[in-house]
Amino acid sequence: MSASAAKTVVIAATRPRRRWHWALALPLGWIMLVVFLAITADWIGLPDPSAQELILRRQPPSAEYLLGTDNLGRDMLSRVIYGARTSLIVGICAPFFGFLIGGAIGMSAGYFRGKVDLLAVGFIDILLAFPSLVLALTFTAYLGQSLFNVTLALGILSIPAAARVSRANTLAWANRDFVLAARTIGASNWRIVTREILPNLLPPMFAFWLVAISVIIVAEGALSFLGLGIPAPQPSWGGMIADGREALDVAPHTALIPAAVMFATVLSLNFLGDMVRNMVDPRRSAL
Amino acid sequence: MPWLARQVVRLVVVLLCVTLLTFFIVNILPGDVAIVILGTLATPEDIAGLRADLGLDRPMLVRYVDWLGSALSGDLGRSYRSGEPVAQAILDRLPVSLQLMVMAQIIALGISIPVALLSVRKPGGLFDRLSASAAFGFLAMPNFMLGIVLIYLFSVTFDLLPATGFTPMSEGLWDNFESMILPSLTLGLIEWTVLMRVLRSDLLTTLKEDFILLARAKGLPPWRVLLQHALRPSSFTLITILGLNIGGLIGGAVIVEQIFALPGVGRLLLGGIFNRDLILVQGTVSFIAVGFVVINFLVDMLYAVLDPRVRHVRFRS
Repeated sequence: MSASAAKTVVIAATRPRRRWHWALALPLGWIMLVVFLAITADWIGLPDPSAQELILRRQPPSAEYLLGTDNLGRDMLSRVIYGARTSLIVGICAPFFGFLIGGAIGMSAGYFRGKVDLLAVGFIDILLAFPSLVLALTFTAYLGQSLFNVTLALGILSIPAAARVSRANTLAWANRDFVLAARTIGASNWRIVTREILPNLLPPMFAFWLVAISVIIVAEGALSFLGLGIPAPQPSWGGMIADGREALDVAPHTALIPAAVMFATVLSLNFLGDMVRNMVDPRRSAL
Repeated sequence: MPWLARQVVRLVVVLLCVTLLTFFIVNILPGDVAIVILGTLATPEDIAGLRADLGLDRPMLVRYVDWLGSALSGDLGRSYRSGEPVAQAILDRLPVSLQLMVMAQIIALGISIPVALLSVRKPGGLFDRLSASAAFGFLAMPNFMLGIVLIYLFSVTFDLLPATGFTPMSEGLWDNFESMILPSLTLGLIEWTVLMRVLRSDLLTTLKEDFILLARAKGLPPWRVLLQHALRPSSFTLITILGLNIGGLIGGAVIVEQIFALPGVGRLLLGGIFNRDLILVQGTVSFIAVGFVVINFLVDMLYAVLDPRVRHVRFRS
């Protein structure tokens, strides 16, 4: 460990420090805007995202409808913003759920080793043996479609990845001297895991969580696109793209606007995730 | 136990667990098959009768063993809706899905290998940075979004390619190819990014080796050093990633088949889910999961054949 740490220092010293501030302003600003609008959607005077105005269907963007209207004459801007709320709720909660369970599994596997590890790795392998979208489809199809069930299904899907990250990191930390010291003074397993190891797991888990958010937002979009995600009147970016597909020739904005918003969001999240990972794990950034 | 035998035992255990989990999901989660088939107006006697007919009143584990027995002999049951044998339905649609995935992989490899080779010629140079940015951008595109954008560009705006629909190979090779271009581009244009990154980083490692220095010292032109000396030893990780990515590719195929109305296995599964055709869903999900596990197993084997070091590393751990 000390050898690789020394190597990192040398590499870091010879490389010019990256200038993040310019590259970062745009993605960070976008995500802040999306989060702000999603939280304040109810109070900024948006029209009802489900209110239909059939005479005014498929209107192009105008002063009255900033992003136009969709196939049923619903205000696109309002739907995009309420859709952001859906995406963020699922994107933040599902990995959190997965990380609670997966993190616990991974930590016990990495800490206790032996049979616990074998069992945990076996369990992870089984979950990973399914193509994830197929598993998510099957879960939501049988659980029934609702915001909660979609979040639950995608949360289950993030268990294996979370378990892997926490297991690998626990393995690395469990042999360190301070853990040995804690054990020597008679600390219980519970105390060692929660007070000595867990704090060290949080930075890599946080970086991974940021990446997971964008993956889950895409997965939710895919489910809703297929008509198996968030149920109909509630706006979701994936569902909006699916709706817009029918009018691609006459009103392409109904599909392309939610697509662009989704792309910008995922791109920004990936950007930020990469940056946080570089900060948390300097060895990766040095490579 | 020798390495290969251990791997095979592991494969069998995983396959058993995977099919059991599928069975569990499909059978335990809410939604009674009998009610689904008969509708909500059915009398309790009718439902009990149908449940007995379908064998649903027996313990789940017994039904699983039963199902596994027939599945091993190639019988996955019959669809509730159409009465068509599930195994036959899957086999009928498999060629379309396979063609889609193979064409997508060819596109992905066709882009990623040249781009990786060109970008390692001058790491950090203009081409390298441009291709890294392009990869970063494509990676942020969900496949359902890219599919729509491609339809908008190539079918709606320029009217070059058909937007949806499938022409079987028997009705003309070119027509078939034409109907598969956009679907496979949708998958390939996203997949190449991952492959390119992996190959690029492996190539950079290989290029630091002594035998590359020797090849250069002999005065070989740079392209021969890259193609004949560096490419092959750099492609091991690429092969593994190809195998691992098949899971994502299968998921992508489900979406792409739906967007472009291709009669593949993914669309069969979606139809089964929408119609609550449990036997069909169970058969299709099991088939996909088993296929995925077996392909990954074969890729692992291939990897071990190509690089003997793997066998020993795995054996030690």
